[in-house]
Amino acid sequence: MIDVEEAARRIAAKGESRPRLARDPVNQAMVNNWVEALGDANPVYTDPEFAASSVHGGLVAPPAMAQVWSMNGLHGQRAADDPLGAMMSILDEAGYTSVVATNSEQTYHRYLRPGEHVSSSIRLEDVTGPKRTALGEGWFVTTRTTWRVGDEVVAEMVFRVLKFSPAARRETVPDAGAVLRPVISRDTEFFWEGTRKGELRIQRWGDVLRHPPGPLPPDGDLTAEPDYVVAEGTGAVYSYLVHHHPQVPGKKLPFVVALVELAEGVRVLGELVDTDPEDVHIGLPVEVTFLRVDDELTLPAWKVRA
Amino acid sequence: MTIAIGTELPELTIEATPTFVISTALATRDFQDVHHDRDAAVSRGSKDIFVNILTDTGLVQRFVTDWAGPEALVRSIRIRLGVPCYAYDVLTFTGHVTAVDGDDAEIAVTAKGSLGDHVTGTVRVTLPGAGS
Repeated sequence: MIDVEEAARRIAAKGESRPRLARDPVNQAMVNNWVEALGDANPVYTDPEFAASSVHGGLVAPPAMAQVWSMNGLHGQRAADDPLGAMMSILDEAGYTSVVATNSEQTYHRYLRPGEHVSSSIRLEDVTGPKRTALGEGWFVTTRTTWRVGDEVVAEMVFRVLKFSPAARRETVPDAGAVLRPVISRDTEFFWEGTRKGELRIQRWGDVLRHPPGPLPPDGDLTAEPDYVVAEGTGAVYSYLVHHHPQVPGKKLPFVVALVELAEGVRVLGELVDTDPEDVHIGLPVEVTFLRVDDELTLPAWKVRA
Repeated sequence: MTIAIGTELPELTIEATPTFVISTALATRDFQDVHHDRDAAVSRGSKDIFVNILTDTGLVQRFVTDWAGPEALVRSIRIRLGVPCYAYDVLTFTGHVTAVDGDDAEIAVTAKGSLGDHVTGTVRVTLPGAGS
């Protein structure tokens, strides 16, 4: 078991990574590529005359390019002492294998000019979790990047990612062992014995049918004894729902659960199988089918009547 | 220019064509394959290539300075990242002034695509002369 918080404390205690010099000084070619791609027409970045007469007194780089100067590039690698890399490895090992960025907060202390050469260093600021999120359980990892020219801090960024385990989103494979099993009592034993034999048995008290089966007839006569009839197994959808969420052990989502009114007059619940949820409607004619889970358990279900 | 709390910024729409997604990713020196290789993006569970974060920050800056003018000094850009912006989507940037203090102003920005809010954020700018 990996102690994420302990690892985070250890990495944070190391402080800032060693300043890494950007590949290139701030330069006009990269600024031109950037403003062209983003469609930014601000002349202080590209028009020397305009820039000279502006508040800047000369050409400057777009502040939002701060991070561009220090990107690792096509074949670049994180610095060995990059705390974000270290924290990501720890969380990968702990099973939080996916990552999504959530926040970027950049502060610009001043505009940069062509020729200036920035360095960047990163510190781990905070690791919070585990949190339940829509994507799965995960940890929020916050780092602070500081850009400097020489010793002067020119820009900073607080960057937050969610490092999460997408386990909850994985499709559940149908697995007999994972089926939710009904509680079988003296009163319901006959029903489950029936499904094992391919019979849909309905409890009968005198001439009154009752489903789901119970310990007493509807009139409460304590001396009565029930028997059962074997239903024909045909009926129509009385009501239904489409289950989209949450996951149900052994089920592929979405699935349809239908309350079916049998020809005999009682209503019985079951999954409506092999049907597109879009095609289900009230009154749809269905017939019983039996889903064998194992020797002990067979579930009644419905399929559309041909 | 004079500004007041509630002042709306002119909308900006960005067509995130594949060319836009790729050229901005490369111009920001972000070579992660999900920003230029559709097969790789799809195999990683995305619908298509998508706009990178450095471009989001840059577009928010452009949206604000297109309105505030070339003399505006951008002090900070804080963004929260929402749904992805895949190739062929269209982003619409809207914003309004939320605070004014002398020459300094704060602007709330939202960039919406077909899937919902792609970016929401706050930009602080100094507008020389705005407070006088």
